[in-house]
Amino acid sequence: MTLESFWFAIIAVLFIGFFFLEGFDYGVGILVPFLGKTDKERRLLINTIGPFWDANEVWFITAGGAMFAAFPGWYATLFSGFYMALFLLLVALIGRGVAFEFRSKVEHPVWRTFWDWVIFGGSLLPPLLWGIALANMMHGVPIDQNKNYVGSFWDLISLYSVVGGVSMTLLFILHGALFISLRTSGVLQERARAAATAIGAWATALTFLFVVLSYLETDMFTRRGIDPGVVPVLAGLALFSVQFFIRAKRDGWAFFMTGLTIVLSTITVFMDLFPRVMVSSLNPAWSLTIYNTASNPYSLKVMTIVALTVVPFVLLYQGWSYWVFRKRLSSDHPLEY
Amino acid sequence: MPSEVALARWQFGITTVYHFFFVPVTIGLVYLIAIMETLYVVKKDDRYKQMAQFWGKIFLINFAVGVVTGILQEFQFGMNWANYSRFVGDVFGAPLAIESLLAFFLESTFLGVWMFGWDKLSKRMHVASIWLVAIGTTLSAFWILTANAFMQHPVGYTLKDGHAEMSSFGALLTNPQLWYEFPHVFLGALVTGAFVVMGISAYQLLRKRHIEVFEPSFAIASIVAVAASFLVMVVGHEQAQYLLVSQPMKLAASEALWKTSGSPAPWTLFAIIHAGAHKNTWMIQIPYLLSVLSYNRLYGSVPGILELQQQMQARYGAGNYVPDVPVIFWSFRIMVFAGALMFLASAWGVWRIIRNRLVPGRRYLKWMVWATSLPFIANTMGWIMTEMGRQPWVVYGLQLTRDGVSPTVSAGEVLTTLIVFTLLYGLLAAVDLYLIARVVRQGPVEDDHGDEPESLSPVAL
Repeated sequence: MTLESFWFAIIAVLFIGFFFLEGFDYGVGILVPFLGKTDKERRLLINTIGPFWDANEVWFITAGGAMFAAFPGWYATLFSGFYMALFLLLVALIGRGVAFEFRSKVEHPVWRTFWDWVIFGGSLLPPLLWGIALANMMHGVPIDQNKNYVGSFWDLISLYSVVGGVSMTLLFILHGALFISLRTSGVLQERARAAATAIGAWATALTFLFVVLSYLETDMFTRRGIDPGVVPVLAGLALFSVQFFIRAKRDGWAFFMTGLTIVLSTITVFMDLFPRVMVSSLNPAWSLTIYNTASNPYSLKVMTIVALTVVPFVLLYQGWSYWVFRKRLSSDHPLEY
Repeated sequence: MPSEVALARWQFGITTVYHFFFVPVTIGLVYLIAIMETLYVVKKDDRYKQMAQFWGKIFLINFAVGVVTGILQEFQFGMNWANYSRFVGDVFGAPLAIESLLAFFLESTFLGVWMFGWDKLSKRMHVASIWLVAIGTTLSAFWILTANAFMQHPVGYTLKDGHAEMSSFGALLTNPQLWYEFPHVFLGALVTGAFVVMGISAYQLLRKRHIEVFEPSFAIASIVAVAASFLVMVVGHEQAQYLLVSQPMKLAASEALWKTSGSPAPWTLFAIIHAGAHKNTWMIQIPYLLSVLSYNRLYGSVPGILELQQQMQARYGAGNYVPDVPVIFWSFRIMVFAGALMFLASAWGVWRIIRNRLVPGRRYLKWMVWATSLPFIANTMGWIMTEMGRQPWVVYGLQLTRDGVSPTVSAGEVLTTLIVFTLLYGLLAAVDLYLIARVVRQGPVEDDHGDEPESLSPVAL
C-alpha cells in the first residue's frame, strides 16, 4: 500500500466517522422542532446530543485538516472551487454551533424558537451540501489542466447531485430519529419511532434512486458492471432491514443498521473515486488523483506516525464519553441546558 | 470594486482578529476554572465549586463563538488562498491536521464530559476533565502557532517544482520563531482570562454581591495576572530582539526607522510619520533605549527601512518590500503600553491582597472593570503588528501575498462572503456580550443541581 493510498484511506475513515457520528446529531437537530412539542421536550432532545455534537464535528474539522496536509491540491481545488457551497456550509455550522449554547440561556419563547430553527437550518444544510458535493466529486466537475475548478456554484446543482443531497439528508434524519429512540423513553421515544417509520420509506426510496442515477451519471457502470460488489449490496440490505427492526422495536439494531448503511455507502463512494479524488468532466486526464495532489513522501510519513500514535487514544476516550452518558434521558430532573 | 487580494486580506484580518477575541479568553479562563475546581476537590469547600460553575458558564458562551469562528479559520486557506495552500500545503497542512487530532478532539470530548458530567463522574475524574480541556487548548495554540511561525520564518523545507516540501519536521518544531511566539501568546492568553475574571469580580464587589465567591476569584486571578503579565513582557522583549535576525524589516517598521540608526540608537516614543516622504516629525526620543532593547547593551545601530528595501530588491527583484509603517509603529506601541498598564494594575491588586486588605479600594475596582478591555487591545495590536508586519509576504521571503490567492474565486465572491461573515460576526458579538452580561447579573447559583436528567434504567443497546 502506498503512502498516498494509505492517506486516501485515512481521509475516507475520517469521513466515515464524520457521517456516522454527525449524521445522527444533524438528524436530531433537524427533528428538534418537530418532535419536541414543549420547551422541555426540545431541551431533552438537544441534550441527547449535548455532550457529543462538538466532538463529532471535530471528525469533519480533522478530515479538512488531513486533506490539507496529505493532499493540498485536493484541498485547494475543492475549497476554492466549491466556494459558495462551502460558504453556506460555514454559515450553517457557525449558526448551529452557537445555537446549542445560546438557546437555553434566555427563557423567552421567541428567543428559544428562533435558536431552535437555527439548529434546524444549521443541521439541514450540511448533509444537503455534502450530498451535493460528493455526487459532484463522483460525477465530475469542470476541472481544467491546471487543476482548477472553472465552473460556478450553479454547475454543482443538477438532478443527480440534488438527489444525492436529499437522500443523504433523509438518511441522517432516519439515523437521528433512531438515536433519539435509544436515548429517550416514553412519549419522545414513541414519536421518534413514528418519525423513523415515516422517514425510513422515503430515505430508502431516494437512496435507491441515487444508486440508479449513479449508474447513469458516473462511471460506476463502466468500471464495475452491473454487480456493484459486496459493499454497496450490503449497504442496501442494511437499509432495507431498518424498517423491520423499527417494527420489532429493536431500536439498537435499527440504529446499528442505519449506521452500517452510512458507513458502507461512504466506503462505496470512496472506492468508486479511487485513485481519483475529484473527477474532471472536461477531460479524464485532468482529474485530480491521489498522486497529483499529494504532499511529498516525507510529509506523509510524519503525518502517518502522528496519526497512528494519536488516533487509538482519540477513539478510546471518545468512546468512553459515550459510555459515561449511556443512560436514557427523562424529564424528571431539572435541565441545565 | 477592490481587488480580490485586498478583499481576501480584509477577510483574513477581520476573521482572525475576531477569532482571537475569544481564543485567549478560552485558554486563560480554562486554567483559572481548573485551579478553582482543584481547590474544590482538595479543600472540599463548596464556594470553589460555585466559582468553577459560574466562570464555567461564561467560559462556555465564549468557547462556542471561539469554536465556530475557528472552523472558518481552517477553511479560509483553501477558499481564499488556494495558491498559498498549494504552495505550502506540504508543510503548513501538517500542523493544522495535528492540531485537530491532538487538540480539538481532546477539548471537545472532555468539555462535553465536564459540562454534563457534574453528577456522573467522581470529583477526581471531573476535575481531570477540565485539566484535559486546558491541555487541549494549549496544544491547539502550540500547533497553530507552529504553522504561523513557518509563515513568519520558514524553516525545515525545500523548494521543489515551484512549491515548498517539508524536509525536517524537527526543524518546524524547533523553529526559534515558534518558541518566542508560543510563550508570548500563551502568557497573553492567561492575562486575558485573568483580566476578564478580575473585571467581572470587580463589578460584583463594587455592588457588594456574592463577596464570598468574587473575593477569592479576584485574588486567584490577580496572582495569575501579575505573573503572566510580567513574563509576557520578558518574552515579548526577546521576541522583538529575534526580529533583528528573522524579519529586520518588521523591526524597522515598528520603530518607523527610515534610515539606519546611529550608535547608540534612541527609542522613539512618539512621532508623526510621513510614510510617503520617508521621514518623521515631532519625534520624542529616549536616548540609548533602542540599542538596549535590540542588543541588551548601550551601543549598536539598527538597520533602517530604506537600506533593507535596497537589500531586498537586490535579493528578490524590484518591488516594494515595506509594510504599512504607521500601522506597525502604533500597533506595537499600543500593545506595549497596554501590557505595561496590565502589569501595574495587577501588581497593585496583589500588593493590596498581600497586605491583607482583601477588598481593594472602590476607585481601583472601578478602574479594573474598565481594564478588562486592555488585554483585548493588546492581543489585537499584537496580531496586527505580526501579520501586517510580514507584508508583502504571505510566507516570508518565499511567496508574496498577492500570489497566494485563489485563481478561480472572483472579487465579487470574496466581497459577498466578507459582508455576510462580518455582519454575522457582529451579531454574534452582540449576542455573546448580552448573554455574558446576563450571566454576570444573575451571579453564581447556590443550590447544587445536576445538569442532566436521567432515569435509572440504563440503555440496553
